[in-house]
Amino acid sequence: MHMADALISPAVGGGMWVASAGLIGYCARKVRACLDDRRVPLMGVLGAFVFAAQMINFSIPGTGSSGHLGGGLLLAILLGPSAAFLTIASVLTVQALFFADGGLLALGCNIFNLGFFPCFVAYPLVYRPLVGRDPNPGRIAVAATVAAVIGLQMGAFCVVMETLLSGVSELPFGKFLLLMQPIHLAIGVVEGLVTAAVVGFVWKARPEVLDLDRAMAPDAGGLRPVLIGLLVAAVVVGGGLSWFASTHPDGLEWAMFRTAGAGELEAPADGAHGALAQVQETTALMPDYGFKAAAAEEGDAEQQPVWPAVDTGTSVAGLVGGGLTLAAAFLIGWLLKRRRQAKA
Amino acid sequence: MIESRFADIGWMDALSGRDTPLRRIDPRAKLLATLGFILAVLSFPKYEVAGLLPFFLYPVVLMSIGDVPVAFVLRRLAVVAPFAVFVGMFNPLLDRQVVAGVGPWVMTGGWLSFASILLRFALTVGATLVVVAGTGIHDVCRGLGALGVPAAFTAQVLFLYRYLFVLVDDGMRMARARALRSFGGRGMGMRVYGHMLGSLLLRTMGRAERIHLAMRCRGFDGQVRTLTRLRFGFADALFLLGWSTAFVLLRCFDLPRRVGGWILGAGT
Amino acid sequence: MSHHTVEARDLYHTYPDGTAALRGITFCITHGESVAIVGENGAGKSTLLMHLNGYLAPTGGAVRVGGLPLNRDTLPAVRRAVGMVFQDPDDQLFMPTVFEDVAFGPLNLGLPPGEVEGRVARALETVGMEGLGNRPPYKLSGGEKRAAAIATVLAMEPDILVMDEPSASLDPRSRRRLIELLRSFSHTKIIATHDLDMALDLCERTLVLHEGLVAADGPTRDILRDESILGPCSLEKPLRLQGCPICAPPRATA
Ligand SMILES: Nc1ncnc2c1ncn2[C@@H]1O[C@H](COP(=O)(O)OP(=O)(O)OP(=O)(O)O)[C@@H](O)[C@H]1O
Ligand SMILES: [Mg+2]
Repeated sequence: MHMADALISPAVGGGMWVASAGLIGYCARKVRACLDDRRVPLMGVLGAFVFAAQMINFSIPGTGSSGHLGGGLLLAILLGPSAAFLTIASVLTVQALFFADGGLLALGCNIFNLGFFPCFVAYPLVYRPLVGRDPNPGRIAVAATVAAVIGLQMGAFCVVMETLLSGVSELPFGKFLLLMQPIHLAIGVVEGLVTAAVVGFVWKARPEVLDLDRAMAPDAGGLRPVLIGLLVAAVVVGGGLSWFASTHPDGLEWAMFRTAGAGELEAPADGAHGALAQVQETTALMPDYGFKAAAAEEGDAEQQPVWPAVDTGTSVAGLVGGGLTLAAAFLIGWLLKRRRQAKA
Repeated sequence: MIESRFADIGWMDALSGRDTPLRRIDPRAKLLATLGFILAVLSFPKYEVAGLLPFFLYPVVLMSIGDVPVAFVLRRLAVVAPFAVFVGMFNPLLDRQVVAGVGPWVMTGGWLSFASILLRFALTVGATLVVVAGTGIHDVCRGLGALGVPAAFTAQVLFLYRYLFVLVDDGMRMARARALRSFGGRGMGMRVYGHMLGSLLLRTMGRAERIHLAMRCRGFDGQVRTLTRLRFGFADALFLLGWSTAFVLLRCFDLPRRVGGWILGAGT
Repeated sequence: MSHHTVEARDLYHTYPDGTAALRGITFCITHGESVAIVGENGAGKSTLLMHLNGYLAPTGGAVRVGGLPLNRDTLPAVRRAVGMVFQDPDDQLFMPTVFEDVAFGPLNLGLPPGEVEGRVARALETVGMEGLGNRPPYKLSGGEKRAAAIATVLAMEPDILVMDEPSASLDPRSRRRLIELLRSFSHTKIIATHDLDMALDLCERTLVLHEGLVAADGPTRDILRDESILGPCSLEKPLRLQGCPICAPPRATA
């Protein structure tokens, strides 16, 4: 459930970057303050382990498909929240940089969606209480499954919120939600069972390894990160929800939001929009392109078309010009390459 | 399929090891310029198509000054494209407003925004891949560190990257060993899987202990120190400023429509 | 320079799971000596080596390095004096490039950057890897990895070199090169190995471990000839001492 750059708006991407960067800073301080420097190499190799674990898959009975480990909850169990969050963030960073899974701007969203919930919600608030002081395989299995499901459901919900707030995809809230949540219920159950199987194995073979996390109890027990995190999540989720509740999806703000995605979220919509339209008006040859619909709707919120009312002249001009600039871009690239090869 | 991902990472690693003009630019300049590029591209309205096209200049120029093979970028794009297509696909289905029509063909808003999504996707993914291939993980992390990302995090990314190959090899060998001895799907189930992953995990943790020992032997005290320092020179500033200006201009002045309008105007 | 000595007195180690890996080991290695530690798999060689720089604490007995008893206060000094080369160089090369890896230790010693660079250059030159500083470790061959791992230790300028199976998984030429390299060092050397031919080449003294105890301690040539010692410890005479079965077929004695 990696989000891609192409599907988010700068405002959403930037906002989630700030949230994730804050969490990374917080966790980095936590990890450094912890005296156990064993965790430095351990976090590193466990991050790599997540990739390695994904080389191995298993068949899901009765479906003919196969699954593999996601790893968020497992890392939280093995490392404790802060170190696990940094590790998950590093995994996602490498995926974004090298596999183009997600993207640079979407990285903030992905770190938050896939890291925050397992580390600061599912593990401390669900897994730990359910497993209790003396774990046994049955308890581990139940706790891991419930925790994984809850973590993934929250993550999936955030994906939906972020996508819709970005307004790039056309999927309506309800439908998207109905698509995402059940899929991630299934994924969560599988993830929980896998996590339970692995943790159960380790617990039997070398129980002292799992105590690592108890030795780091001050970190795991600190309620502050959880509270802060919950607050952030609540603001994100609650803000989004109330926004959806109060706004008719076809209403003015929705349209504005979609057309003027660059505008600041906090700024009064009219101001941001007005300023942008002004810029557009003064700079564009064909000033009514792009903001025409929104401008029209300012007078009449009920007017239907959200997309710009393009006249054929503008679009032909756009296509011709676009094709030419594209060709020019490739020509420049080619020339540069030729010159470099000539020099070499 | 997954294995090819790691083949690609090796590829990129090899690419980033060469000395090219792109490689010599300070990673901070490259990272910031790329971020500006992504922001500019994504800040376009959702139906924008033509305005995005000039932005191909950035990845294309970087590709040529970084000697990054086009085929490589295209292949990676193809591998990750299905996701963008999957989510964008709903736009033509849900948004059927007719925007323009030529004869029997009509263009709906949904198709327009779908095309826009695909373009954004190609631009952002392409630029990121090219920059990473022309910089290397090591410099990316140094750049991030110089930009204020906590050392605990950059060290973590480097550690992960360092052991990625070692552990992926481990995982792959295990998967192969199992595949050779499972018949008719037996042995591919959850139980065996849990045991395999568990023992891979224990082995990994054993390795972490040995690495820790090696670090301790050389005076490790919880902080990873490095010598190398970055220098942000004139050329780097020029790179960053030049591209940022270009992005702002391309974003604000509708180049394609101006060029197109001018040509069509001259034609009549 | 009499402080390059390593002493173990009645050393015991039991792992948390109850495995008694060392069961009373005593020896004294003096300055400049080169000692091989041999023994079957699981004899306790690696466990013993990990006591020499204080990574594992003995459950009984004591270790002295350079005359200092090994404890909390002397640990930093001991770790500076004892350089440890691991069996798997991948465990030892954890930094992004060879250069940074070799610089890791000197930087932790708090040396100024100029001095660090000098040490790195010298160490890389000693092992013949001058040109490979910028390589990431995963792009090195097995032999180069081993050389780089040794360089990381040399940069710390230790007095004592401790190595765990340095010649494992090397091809014959790399192995030969390694032996020549090690022979050129004047450090006190302690080498745990299954490569008895190398022991014969490098070490004048051999310590045989068997089930956590010292089964024999003496000149390498004598020990590696003595079937009564080798047999019970799952060892074999080095090929070189076996006599060539082709040019000198063993005479039938019966
Ligand atoms: N971390 C550990 N926990 C429990 N037992 C261990 C541990 N490490 C080693 N052992 C046990 O201690 C004994 C000695 O192991 P050690 O690794 O020292 O042997 P070794 O002589 O180095 O063997 P090899 O030649 O195979 O490397 C073995 O029985 C081993 O199973
Ligand atoms: Mg050993």
